Amino acid sequence: MAKQYETVIGLEVHVELATKTKIFCSCSTQFGGAPNTHTCPVCTGMPGSLPVLNRQVVEYAAAIGLAVNCEITRECKFDRKNYFYPDNPQNYQISQLYLPIAKNGYVEIETGGTRKRVRIHEMHMEEDAGKLIHDEWDDTSLVDYNRSGVPLVEIVSEPDMRSADEVIAYLEKLRLIIQYLGASDCKLQEGSMRADVNLSVREAGKEEFGTRTEMKNLNSFKAIARAVEGERERQIELLEAGKKVIQETRRWDDNKEASYPMRSKEDAKDYRYFPDPDLAPVIIDEEWIERIRAEQPEFRTEKLERYEREYNIPRYDAEIITESKKMADIFEAASTACGKPKKVSNWLMVETMRLLKEHGMEPEELAFSPENLAKLVELTEDGTINSSVAKEVFEKIFSEDVDPEKYVEEKGLKTVSDEGALKEVLQKVIAENPQAVVDYRKGKAKALGSLVGQTMKMMKGKADPALVNQKLKELLDH
Amino acid sequence: MEDRKIADKISDEMIDYVGILAKLELSGREREEAKADMERMLDYIDMLNELDTEGIEPMSHVFPISNVFREDIVTNGDGHEETLANAPLMKENCFKVPRTIG
Repeated sequence: MAKQYETVIGLEVHVELATKTKIFCSCSTQFGGAPNTHTCPVCTGMPGSLPVLNRQVVEYAAAIGLAVNCEITRECKFDRKNYFYPDNPQNYQISQLYLPIAKNGYVEIETGGTRKRVRIHEMHMEEDAGKLIHDEWDDTSLVDYNRSGVPLVEIVSEPDMRSADEVIAYLEKLRLIIQYLGASDCKLQEGSMRADVNLSVREAGKEEFGTRTEMKNLNSFKAIARAVEGERERQIELLEAGKKVIQETRRWDDNKEASYPMRSKEDAKDYRYFPDPDLAPVIIDEEWIERIRAEQPEFRTEKLERYEREYNIPRYDAEIITESKKMADIFEAASTACGKPKKVSNWLMVETMRLLKEHGMEPEELAFSPENLAKLVELTEDGTINSSVAKEVFEKIFSEDVDPEKYVEEKGLKTVSDEGALKEVLQKVIAENPQAVVDYRKGKAKALGSLVGQTMKMMKGKADPALVNQKLKELLDH
Repeated sequence: MEDRKIADKISDEMIDYVGILAKLELSGREREEAKADMERMLDYIDMLNELDTEGIEPMSHVFPISNVFREDIVTNGDGHEETLANAPLMKENCFKVPRTIG
């Protein structure tokens, strides 16, 4: 009989913080600058340069720490992690080993209706490294230090996850918390959120852990799920064949759906960590912690309850909207502006979701103003435009954030409410479709639909279908 | 065991291993010299073991200061010329280095 195995997973998640400047110097952190334009002597490790800590990094890190139920270290310090690699111009990375800013936290996750806690071992602040681009032409590597010194937090979980589903639920939860805090945009594709997966397998029921491997290069939730499955299979195959799992770092190739060894894993002692003498200790007193705690935003659980209570929208709507901080912000502002939360919710749940999918975008990338959505709701509700015109206008709001009032005015999209003009068109439609008129009078309901259709077409969609329906009946029935 | 010095532990394997971490290839003579230098350094460090450091917090900064911060405001402009000024090899405004294995 085949043995049963249990997968044991812990994650190291790196998150790039949303500061304007780097962690130790006043260079911009903006993504996508020309190579080495966002660099200075500090972030390129020039001798004699002095790093000075960005206060906002501590603010964000402490806010994340509190939001994931960690204890905040009252006196934390930075250490140098020594290693030689071209992406690291100082030959050490400034990180925290001995006294990280936060430890002993947890987040709650839910998978398949079951709740569980994933404990967080610790979270520390550190600087990012430069970027290496491989140059195929002359078989060299090119180094861009724009990313060197961009602030990161690394969140290290305990090995509490047992499946790919739990891993994804944990990452989604972390991402949501951090996005709600505004501490990072957490884009996996752009690398502002990166996850390394530590995985081992053991026979079901055994206490002790198996040998683990660390997997890197995972840049989507789907890739992470596939890598977890792939690595579990690989380790079980090794054990079944009587071989051993080697502790190593492996690189996931999502195209080949396989992983390859990168380098043997260094021990902490190989990095020769020591306190960085250039940086003063950071003391976070009770007053500072209380201020950060007081500034914590309303998180998803509270929002869900408030949306049902205050805006009177269904739980289902509230769940979808609060999955993204951006979407929730738009919902609240637009609902306040127009006073019709359910209508706003409908636009977000149906058309917005459809367009996001169509453009392959994340909700966090939504760029239209809530005021314009509110105006659109009003224009639709007071009958200025009909629902098919409204959809067309919404696409313009979604892509260009147009002011719907101006847009409708300029393009002449208002519903024709002049009954005289409508009557003229109706009489023409009736005169041109004698057969449909006869059919309708014989009791065929469908025939009326065809006449309404003809009318809408002649009015270029700018009539109110309900009104057309009503007026047609009046004309035909009397 | 207690009074054994760190320097006694420097073996040939240790020298090789430190060489790997430091990305240095040493010749036979250089290895012996490095080993002698390291042993001298470690003997010096061993003096610390003669002191009673019980209850003393490790010092990480020479001045009794804390919370030295910058505000989050971009004041540095385009630094690529200065950064690349001493680059031995350069291409497309990047440093050019021997191929790294990804």
